[in-house]
Amino acid sequence: MRLLTRALALSIGLAALTRSPAFADALFDGGKLLATGGVSQVEGAGGGGLTSWAMITGYGTRDGIGANAHYTAVALPDYNLHTAGVAVGLFDRLELSYAWQGFDTQDVGGTLGLGRGFVFHQNIFGAKLKLVGDAVYDQDSWLPQIAAGVQHKENDRPAIIAAVGGKGSVGTDFYLAASKLFLAQSLLVDATLRETKANQFGILGFGGDKHDDYSTQFEGSAAYLFSRQFAAGVELRTKPSNLSIAHEGAAWDLFAAYFLNKNLSLTVAYADLGNIVIKNDQHGAYLSLQAGL
Amino acid sequence: MKRLAVLSLPLLLAVTAPALGADDSLYQDLGGQPGIDKIADASVDNYLADPRIKDIFSESNIDRIRAELKDQFCMIAGGPCRYTGHSMEAAHKGLHLTNANFNALVEDLQAAMETCCNIPFATQNRFLARLAPMQHQVVTR
Repeated sequence: MRLLTRALALSIGLAALTRSPAFADALFDGGKLLATGGVSQVEGAGGGGLTSWAMITGYGTRDGIGANAHYTAVALPDYNLHTAGVAVGLFDRLELSYAWQGFDTQDVGGTLGLGRGFVFHQNIFGAKLKLVGDAVYDQDSWLPQIAAGVQHKENDRPAIIAAVGGKGSVGTDFYLAASKLFLAQSLLVDATLRETKANQFGILGFGGDKHDDYSTQFEGSAAYLFSRQFAAGVELRTKPSNLSIAHEGAAWDLFAAYFLNKNLSLTVAYADLGNIVIKNDQHGAYLSLQAGL
Repeated sequence: MKRLAVLSLPLLLAVTAPALGADDSLYQDLGGQPGIDKIADASVDNYLADPRIKDIFSESNIDRIRAELKDQFCMIAGGPCRYTGHSMEAAHKGLHLTNANFNALVEDLQAAMETCCNIPFATQNRFLARLAPMQHQVVTR
């Protein structure tokens, strides 16, 4: 609930900020085509659900600014994951994001002696810089839009992380994303490489007793555009397996995103996050709401 | 070595190009010349009614724009026409169009294809894919 309250407060603040007409018109030009800013991925960057894309979030063109707030919930059999965040896209060049993530261990927390409903929190600060290409306009070229990004994560449970074999509660991911709209085929494709030490996205800290170096992980997604407002597709994200207490595998999802307009989108997905600590088969419903301009 | 792997990413995306054949299937799918004429007229109607961009046309000869757009759409769709108007650079020089202006033109064209002629979304996108690179010539600001 605390997360939801924060997300709502951020949205209202954003709406109030943009009520001033002259300011809003000049800066928040809302000039991008619908859906081309993507949605908010699980760590707060512009992208799909699990994957970070090369697109800069929001609907600002290179002459303007876009901004949004999002709330995401993933309901798994034994855990719940909530994320609330805000992001701004500056001149279709630089994206800055902040997300606050809570991972509720529910009954598992009791089993592990942490206490039922024990929650891990993460602050995630993100930045993404568009380097080259334009995913939408460059239909006469095979060059994708390429962006480099960073996500700095701070977990609030260093003692528990150390107890499960994690080496740190703070970590930084680096990624290089390539996204391309194959417009004639109505297909959006993304491939991202991520340098990371994160265990379960950082929820279980960074590095581990088994492996404590950065490793290169892959994120990929493909979405078919059914209409200007509706897209559906699949995503895959590999993760390192640094902890000896449990093997960590890849996550994937099947998603559908509906863009009501440039101010509101809803993403629903079936997400399979695999094994998380002592529980296998953590798959369930993913729901994400993004409001912005 | 890891950094090398990261740098080779664009190569991974070098997907095989679909043949942009010399066939006129897109022209036919847009309804041939009658369909394209309707799309061009509906687009211009939308432009002139769109507060975001209507002022761009305040000094223009609208009849000539309609005629040139019909020729141009026909040729780009692979139809048997020859566009003899100005180049994209020349036609938009001095207008100082922004990306937001360009995207407004795109949205109005999308709306036109839907309302005038019920062009399926996938067909709309085949057409838009051939128009999209014009952004490089049209947007000068």
